[in-house]
Amino acid sequence: MNTEKNIKTLIVKKPLKLDCGKTIKDFPIAYETYGSLNSKKDNAILVFHALTGDQFVTGINPVTNKEGWWSYAVGPDKAIDTNKYFVICSNVIGGCMGSYGPSHKDPNQKVFGTNFPVITINDMVNAQYNLLDHFGIDKLFSITGGSMGGMQVLQFISNFPDKSKTVIPIATTSSHSAQNIAFNELGRQAITADSNWKDGNYTSNDTNPGKGLAVARMAAHITYLSKKGLQEKFGRKLQEREDLKFGFDADFQIESYLRYQGSVFVDRFDANSYLYITRAMDYFDLAKQFNGNLSEAFINTKAKFFIISFTSDWLYPTQENKDIVIALNSIGADVGFVEIESDKGHDSFLLDVPDFLSALKNFLDKSYEEN
Amino acid sequence: MKNEFQVIADLIEKDKKVLDVGCADGTLMKFLKDNKNINIRGLEISKERVQECIAKGLTVIEGNAEKDLKQFPDKSFDYVVLSQTLQAFLDPELVIDELLRVGKKAIVTIPNFGYWKVRFHLLFKGTMPITKTLPDEWYNTPNLHMCTIKDFFHFVKSKDIKIFKSLALNNLNTSIINESNLGVKNLFADLGIFLIEK
Repeated sequence: MNTEKNIKTLIVKKPLKLDCGKTIKDFPIAYETYGSLNSKKDNAILVFHALTGDQFVTGINPVTNKEGWWSYAVGPDKAIDTNKYFVICSNVIGGCMGSYGPSHKDPNQKVFGTNFPVITINDMVNAQYNLLDHFGIDKLFSITGGSMGGMQVLQFISNFPDKSKTVIPIATTSSHSAQNIAFNELGRQAITADSNWKDGNYTSNDTNPGKGLAVARMAAHITYLSKKGLQEKFGRKLQEREDLKFGFDADFQIESYLRYQGSVFVDRFDANSYLYITRAMDYFDLAKQFNGNLSEAFINTKAKFFIISFTSDWLYPTQENKDIVIALNSIGADVGFVEIESDKGHDSFLLDVPDFLSALKNFLDKSYEEN
Repeated sequence: MKNEFQVIADLIEKDKKVLDVGCADGTLMKFLKDNKNINIRGLEISKERVQECIAKGLTVIEGNAEKDLKQFPDKSFDYVVLSQTLQAFLDPELVIDELLRVGKKAIVTIPNFGYWKVRFHLLFKGTMPITKTLPDEWYNTPNLHMCTIKDFFHFVKSKDIKIFKSLALNNLNTSIINESNLGVKNLFADLGIFLIEK
């Protein structure tokens, strides 16, 4: 799945005990950086990627040759200004862009497949914490990410309360809802129902469950958009035809669009990784880690929080983001919150939404001035 | 900065923790933060105003005082400020209760409907008063529950709320309101400022 060239890797020697009980060591974390670390080492921002993201935040991704997933937000003079800040992002463990995952080989040189240990959001951030030591950074200026990236932000500051000055969870939740789990299960079922999945052992015989993975992506993609956004972009427009064809080809543009999204995804993503990462999201329940009291997760941090949600995001709706604000306010934490008006759905955080980008930029730059 | 904000700022000691409810573009917050080292938070319903506050580097939460004050613990702020917004709530009594629960003290300012210009406007023109502090027409005003300085004075007394200081503002003149001059102040002030505690 990944090509070794152009991928920077940190080998973590220190054993990491996973939530599932297993311990991993000498495992790789693939990362990328943008901008430069200043002499005081106080300008670093750790960005966490979402379900299908990777360490290539901005610029051209050298593996896919496409724009990085957060190119609108990260880069010179952008909201997360790489002229000013040192941006670090790493591929989550369980992923498929170079970090330790199910497509790697076990100590017996056999590809893990579903023998890879089940990982959690907690495991992901504990693994990524090693990057701070690697760069000699005592305290990050900020941590941020949207969706599953936001979950990692919340878990990171809970685990390491004095390791970041500012904290920006975006379009996220502190606990995966039944609806979130349901959509992820739909995706996993599509993958495992593909006869090429072969209980996860597909790499050994060079076929992969591409059809199942494509369906998983198509279903998920719908949840990232809003009804209004879809209606305005596609409506009932037909795909390169004058009239309905009375068959099961893609008559409608929306069908063709989803099929395309599914097919390009298969080229860059591993089906087993999709199973592992969605599982990690489903297991995420930060309040449960603190006996049902979410505030307790943040009781030891003095960090400044800024939480952002989007009006048309029905996957991680405003109320779930506000629940985090409420938990922080109830312990007197320094927390700001804004809901951005956008009809682009959950994907808003990845897109050119000027109000979002200016809020992000202003918060970061003003907080940095106060440093 | 308008005189009202200067008067409010003078009521707050340095280094305190303050919540500005309906903080608008954050002018008062910025002043308190920069000049009195106040640990300041804002609550604001308008997305545009929230963005302006963020651009000023202020910590602000987008929200509605009637629904969102309840997330703050009891007495978690030294002062809670509510500037010229009380009359715009559906339930001003609930908001006052919440301000005094969340803040050790509250500073509430009200546009005075008993101001002589307001009374003259209604008396002689026979139309809904429009003044500097009440600039909107009857059909587009956000104000639902107008009151006079006298009304508010009686209201807080009836609720056993302690008044530490009550000030009358008329243009740039500030004066103290007490029981004996209440009638006069109610006629000549266009704004009342109350420092209260429960």
